[in-house]
Amino acid sequence: MASSMSSTDEFIKGLWNENPVFVQVLGMCPVLAVSNTAMNALAMGLATAFVLIMSNIVVSSLRSFIPKQVRIATYILIIATFVTVVDYVIQAVSLDLYKALGAFISLIVVNCLILGRAEAFASKNTVARSTMDGLGMGIGFAFALFCLGAVREILGNGSLFGASLFHDSFEKWVVMILPSGGFFTLAGWLLLFNWLKQRKAKREATTSLGLRKEVA
Amino acid sequence: MSHSELASAPAPPSIWHMYRAMVGVGVFCGLLIVSVFQVTLPVIERNKAEALQKAIFHVLPNANTSATYYLDDAGGFRLLEGDGVGEQLVYAGYDDAQQLVGVAVEAQGMGYQDVIALIYGYSFTEQAIIGIQVLESKETPGLGDKIETDPAFLENFKSLDVSVRGDGSALANSVVPVKHGEKTRPWEVDGITGATISSVAIANLLDRSAQYWVPRIRRNLRDFQGEE
Repeated sequence: MASSMSSTDEFIKGLWNENPVFVQVLGMCPVLAVSNTAMNALAMGLATAFVLIMSNIVVSSLRSFIPKQVRIATYILIIATFVTVVDYVIQAVSLDLYKALGAFISLIVVNCLILGRAEAFASKNTVARSTMDGLGMGIGFAFALFCLGAVREILGNGSLFGASLFHDSFEKWVVMILPSGGFFTLAGWLLLFNWLKQRKAKREATTSLGLRKEVA
Repeated sequence: MSHSELASAPAPPSIWHMYRAMVGVGVFCGLLIVSVFQVTLPVIERNKAEALQKAIFHVLPNANTSATYYLDDAGGFRLLEGDGVGEQLVYAGYDDAQQLVGVAVEAQGMGYQDVIALIYGYSFTEQAIIGIQVLESKETPGLGDKIETDPAFLENFKSLDVSVRGDGSALANSVVPVKHGEKTRPWEVDGITGATISSVAIANLLDRSAQYWVPRIRRNLRDFQGEE
């Protein structure tokens, strides 16, 4: 159970071991749709992280105040409020960014990652732990989106954050910024993550076997 | 279930507790949303106005001031004084000497993915569209979005003929889309290979809008002169 973990562990688990995209495969709608450029992906990731952190804080603060019977309706209300806040703030910061993210800002309300963390973690843990969980999961989500966005923009448009990286003769892989490119890139990252995980598991198994032999 | 189990189960919350939670959270959320809305509204409106202003100067390159007019019931144009909600608006652009450069008009039509909204500049002296800027588009990245970036396509709108007939009732020639490389006449729009639907959509929406607006604007040229 999470309570045996330190606050730092709560933070780190979202970044790597329980990364919302690469390990839990949650919130796929924005991951695939808004990761066609690094800037869109990062902005969407940070907007989602903000909503996740704030909703975790409020849900954990009010956990003894909200009866179980009305918890989902209340959590959705809290999440929708912070999404509306993000919506206005992005419009105030940059209209171009707002246009690029389009309807996906409003769709953060139904991102299963956010309601999932409110229900599975924040409603059962202290504000401090929930904040660390929200930070870890939020930054992990933003990192994953950025990984996808960067690869797709580099291959599909030959640029990163709009800055051209290659010579004019570079043939752009247009498919990478189309929806199918989202699936290809996600598959590539999942392959890499699973390979790393298996390699780590094999090493640990080999080390523990060696230790047992030494003891024997 | 035994009596002892029933006795140890937590008591269900009262209706009051549920009302308290939902109404309490609702009030908190309402206050937060309205407060953020109030704080960000002036900035959002300023951003929108700046973006529109920038677009007007982009499509009317020689203009450096602009004024908003609305189409009145008599078919003429009047300087807008209110917020313009529900009115049909056009934007007149003036140069340093306060001379009328042209009129910018917003237009929209269905593209490949969704509605494309743009603004175009109409020049009285050239009787042509002298610039366009896409304001809103969800066209396919890498393909349909070339309507905003393809230099050869944008070249169409440096001087796209929309002159009116002698009697001033309609355009002399409709704006028509043609295949890439087949443009021979000044009212034709040279399409984009790989973004055919999006480029045809631009030509069609410009034609529809120009058919409606250009004869009206030309008939009422005086409405835009002498006022800033």
